[in-house]
This record gives sequence, structure tokens and C-alpha cells, in this order.
Amino acid sequence: MSRQNGGTQEHRWAMIVDIDKCTGCGACITACYAENNIPVVGEEEIHKGRHMGWVRIERYWEGEYPDIRARFIPIMCQQCGEAPCEPVCPVFATYHSETENINVQVYNRCVGTRFCANNCPYIARVFNWFDPVFPEPLHEQLNPDVTVRSRGIMEKCTFCIQRIRQVEEEAKAEGRPIEDGEVQPACVQACPTEALVFGDLNDPHSKVARLAQSRRAFKLLEDLGTEPAVIYLKGGDAHVV
Amino acid sequence: MSSDRGHEQELAHLERELKARDLLLDRRSREEMNYEVMHAMERISLGWLLAAFVLGGLVFLGLGLAWAYQIKWGLGVAGINRPVFWGVYIANFVFWIGISHAGTLISAILRAVGAEWRRPITRAAEAMTVFALMVAGMYPLIHMGRTWRFYWMLPAPTQRLIWPNFRSPLMWDMMAILTYLTGSLIFLYLPLIPDMAMARDHSKAKIRRKLFQILSLGWRGTEAEWKHLHVAMAIFTFIIIPVAASVHTIVSWDFAMSNVPGWKSTIFGPYFVVGAIYSGVGALGVVLVLVRKFMGFGYYLREQHLDNIGKIMLTMTFFWTYFWYNGYLTEWYGAERALDFLREFMTYTGPAAPFFYGMLVTNIVIPIALLWSRAGRTTPWTLALAGISINIGMYLERYIIVPVTLSRNRFPFSWGHYVPSPVELLISLGSLSMFILLYVLLSRIVPLISVWEVQEGQVMHVIRRVGRTLVPGVVHWHKAE
Repeated sequence: MSRQNGGTQEHRWAMIVDIDKCTGCGACITACYAENNIPVVGEEEIHKGRHMGWVRIERYWEGEYPDIRARFIPIMCQQCGEAPCEPVCPVFATYHSETENINVQVYNRCVGTRFCANNCPYIARVFNWFDPVFPEPLHEQLNPDVTVRSRGIMEKCTFCIQRIRQVEEEAKAEGRPIEDGEVQPACVQACPTEALVFGDLNDPHSKVARLAQSRRAFKLLEDLGTEPAVIYLKGGDAHVV
Repeated sequence: MSSDRGHEQELAHLERELKARDLLLDRRSREEMNYEVMHAMERISLGWLLAAFVLGGLVFLGLGLAWAYQIKWGLGVAGINRPVFWGVYIANFVFWIGISHAGTLISAILRAVGAEWRRPITRAAEAMTVFALMVAGMYPLIHMGRTWRFYWMLPAPTQRLIWPNFRSPLMWDMMAILTYLTGSLIFLYLPLIPDMAMARDHSKAKIRRKLFQILSLGWRGTEAEWKHLHVAMAIFTFIIIPVAASVHTIVSWDFAMSNVPGWKSTIFGPYFVVGAIYSGVGALGVVLVLVRKFMGFGYYLREQHLDNIGKIMLTMTFFWTYFWYNGYLTEWYGAERALDFLREFMTYTGPAAPFFYGMLVTNIVIPIALLWSRAGRTTPWTLALAGISINIGMYLERYIIVPVTLSRNRFPFSWGHYVPSPVELLISLGSLSMFILLYVLLSRIVPLISVWEVQEGQVMHVIRRVGRTLVPGVVHWHKAE
């Protein structure tokens, strides 16, 4: 039985990624860096494959020059319902949050075995190879709502859980349900083409729930049975992405 | 009359031949044997000091300085990256666990089936297990991002009020290794007790005598003590075999339980056990040749032992080849896309092809070529060469399983490339030095030949005259009662 049906299942936060609308501009990545206190590691480290971004835009070329076109697909943590990263962690640093129905990472519990990272079929997890450095004036813009992580621990996209929590608490204080579109992760907010849509799948009237019914909808590596909460919409004339 | 004398000469010749062929028939007095072993143990030569000094320096450099540097600055000083999150540390870990296998497992299996020729080799094999496990046990710590928090993996009640996750294969792994380490320490120690008592009775230096007094637990050699020892050995022999097999199976589950293409394989459990025994026997061959040479134990470790170890190595060559081929062929036929990427990466002219073909040559071609003939098995240097070749091959196998496999995945955009960093190499060198150093130190504290077991074997083996010829015979004391 899927864990999506377990727990309190109050929400099933989900994201729609419309590949047809993605221009590969990278605004989502930048917004994510700023929102989540992600350190900038520099050219040399990136060349080694150590960029820390929680979202990556994979770019594939189709055809031969001059008849060539680029394809973009943003990939972040898929917030799996049956996440392969969870059972392998020896210290419960990564586990399934029952209220938000997403996969959370507790930085303070992580001892850095990196088993979760290997077991993630989406290669969505990043590791703090060194202590983060925020050269002036970058340290002035650190987000106080997000922990700055130390060396030796794993991290990944959280669906901006600090923003989810904030809206949840505000709505609770005002005694009203959360409105559709009220929660916006940084990447969704920054996307100029509105390729990214965020919302609650448990709310049948939400935009994500409607878009998830689209004939263009598919999930990454669906055959693995990970039950991702990120739903992609195929590009118009693309075969398979 | 002259024909009778000729026959006597023939018999004398036959007796010499029988004695040369089998240590247990070539009886020496206990005093002579004790003296020889004690002398080899107490002699501290300049060469020994130099070896201990150099090895100690390398251990300090690798496990002292390099590891401290890594802890201080973070794992970025290693070559690992995304997606190759596991590198040589895990390859080393699997390698050393593998080495640890031959020791105890071989010794236990040979004890269980009553293979008499095992007697002079068990001690060296069991010590190898303990040391290899100690080295292997350090690697998960070296590999961790926050080594200083390693105790969070222990199931201990703390103020954190959180128990380790027993769904994680890493937890099974830790339990298995600690069990195996405890078991193999006892397995090494039990048959050591009578020899410690012998050393106590024969050493002159005060400190040594004190040490042996403690280690021999007041052994006097009464019949009751012998009986208890034999019962304890019998129990542990049969306990340690399934424990050993389970340990490497569980190590394989660190990989097989994942969903990484190239790791999630149903054959990994037995394949790892076979590979572990293979590399372990290879290492045992090298250790025996070195002990024989540097300790002057030519009398104890003879052609018969090298030949038998060589035969086990050769058998394991075929076992390993069969398991490897079975796994490779089924995956190839399965034609999973991500595995096709991996095969492109490591075969033909792919960047990792040298590792792949190197593995096949050192693990299959060289051992078969060297061990096929009796001459190859009984010549010390060819046997040692085969053992070294097997260990190079098995290391490459682990290297392919860990960083090479992780370099390819389902997303070509996120493929990676891994090159070990100097820090990783220094730590690896330090741990190899630690293994050798522990052995070098042990050789001066403990008889590397189980003296009493050889003596017991010699009491049990006799040359009998039957009709007009001589035959070797065996007396079983416990059946004679």
C-alpha cells in the first residue's frame, strides 16, 4: 500500500513541471540558492560535480546542427511517496513527513553516510563537501528561516518547507483552510513562464490536481514505483522526455 | 641376505619420503619445536625494527595526518562527488572484509572437516581475519561525513531519544561486523591459550613472562582443561562458519538492497561471499609465504601446505569466474538501459575499461596460469604472485562495483567521473601499512604457528609397517577412549 494513503495525509504537496513552458532560463535555480542558503562553490568544484543546487535543469540536444534543438527538464527532489532514500538512512535523518506528505531531511541527525544519495534514482541529493562559505556581502542575505548546513551532511529540495509551514500556521491562526496557490516555493515564484505550479493534490479543485489529470502528465522513472509528487507535463511535440 | 638389506634401504628411503611429504609424520621433540618457535618469536633483528618503523610512519601519515586533514576540512578533500558519492573508502572496506574471510572461514572449515594439514596454518589465518576486520571497521568511520557523530549509529539509549533505523542495511552491516569481530577474536584466542602457557614457561624476560601469564589464563594442561578447550573449539568452529558467510552477504546487501543499476542484483550475496573467500585465500597464500621466509618456518610450512592453499585458490578462481560470468551475462541479456550505459563506460574503449579488463586478467588468466601445475603451486614465489594477482583483481572488482558503477546512472546529464585524491590514496596506504604492521608486531608476541596443534597432530600420526611396506596411520584420541 502506498504511503500516500497512510499517515494523517492532511496534504499531498505536489509540483507540476510543464516542460513545454520551460525555457531553461535558470531563474528557479537562482531563487532556490537565495531562499535556501545554498553555498556557491565556484567553477572548480562544479567541474568536479559538486554544485550544490537543489534544482538542476538538464539540457539535452536533439538532432544535428543546424537542425538542432535544446530540450530542458528541471529536476529536483521528487518528494516520493515511497522514497528509496528513507529506508537506507541508519539514523532517520531522512524520513517521510506524515502531515505534509513530503520527504524531509533533518540536518542535525545526518551523519553523512551518503547512502540516501546513492539510492536516489533521480540523483536529487547534494552533499556538503566542505563547510559553506558566504563571502561578503552574501552573508547579509542569508534566509533566517533556513538552517545553514555544516560540512559532512546531506541536503536536498524541501519544497521550501519553511514557506509551507508559515502558510499553514497563518491559516491555522486565522481559522481558515489554506487557499490554492497560497504556498509558493521560491522556484515556482521565480519561474517567468509559469512552467512550475505548486499546490495540494489532496484538494481536488487545486490547479495541480487539475493539471495532474492532463494527458501530457507523466512521472519520472514511474516504473520504479517511487510515487513522486512532482508531475511533469510533456512538451507538445516531444516524444518522450 | 643382500636382498633383505636392499629392502631395508628401500624402506628407509620410503620413510624419508613420507616424512618429507607430511609435517605430521616428520616428528620432532616438543622441546626442540618449542625452542625453535620461541627463538623466532623473541629475535628482534635490525630488519624487523626497520620494517616496524617504516610501517609505523606510513600508518601515522595515512591514518594520522591524512585522516585528520579530512576531518578538519571535510570530505571535499577526497575525490568523491555527485553522483559518485562512494569511492575508494567503500571499495577498501569491502576489500578488507573480503580479506578477513579466508582466515577464520578457511580455518573453521578445515577444522570442521578434520583436514589434518591445516594445523600449522590456522593461527596465521585467524590472525589475518582479526587484523583485516580491524582495518575494515575503520572505513565506515573514515567514509562518514561527520565522523565525530559515529555513535549516533549505535543502538544506545541517549538523550536524543532516537533509535537507529534497523531498516537500513548499514545497521545490519554494523551488527554483523561487530559480531564477526567478536567471534573471530575468540576463535583466534581459544587455541592460543596452550601456546601462551608454553611461551610463559619458556620465556626468560620478565615483562614477556608477565604478559604470557595473563594471556594464558593460568593454563596448566590438565585433562579437564584440554577437554574444555576442545569442546569450546568445536562449538566455535561451527558458529563462526555461518557468521562469516552472513557477514559478507550483508556487506553485499549494502549494494544489492538499493535500486542503483548494477547494484540491485540477486546474485550479489553469494557472489560477494565467493569473492571474499577468493581474495582471502589469495592473501593467506602471500602471508604464509612471507611468514615461512621471514620467520624461518620452512619446517612447518612445506610444499604440502603451499600446494593445498594453491588448490583452494584455483578452485575459488573457477567459483568466482562462474559467479561473475553468471551475473554479467544475465544483466547483459536484460539490456536495461542504465546498464548499457555502464557497459559502454567500462568495456571496449570506455574510460573504465582498464579496470574491467585488468580485473579479468588478474582474477582469471594469471591465477589459472600460475596455479594450474603442481610446480606453480609449490614454488613459493609463484604462489605468492598468484595471491597478489588475485588481490589486485579483487580490488579492481570492488572498484568497479563502487565508483565505476556509480559514475553511470539513468540520467546522462548527471553522469560523473571519479579520480581518487591524494588524501584517499594516503589513507588507503596507511590502512594497508596498519595491516602489515599489526602482523609484524604480532609475530614477536604470539607464535605464528600453532605449536600445540602441530604437536598434537604429530602424536596422532605414525608410520606403521604393514607387511613389507610402510603406511602412514592416524590415531584418534577421542575415539580410542
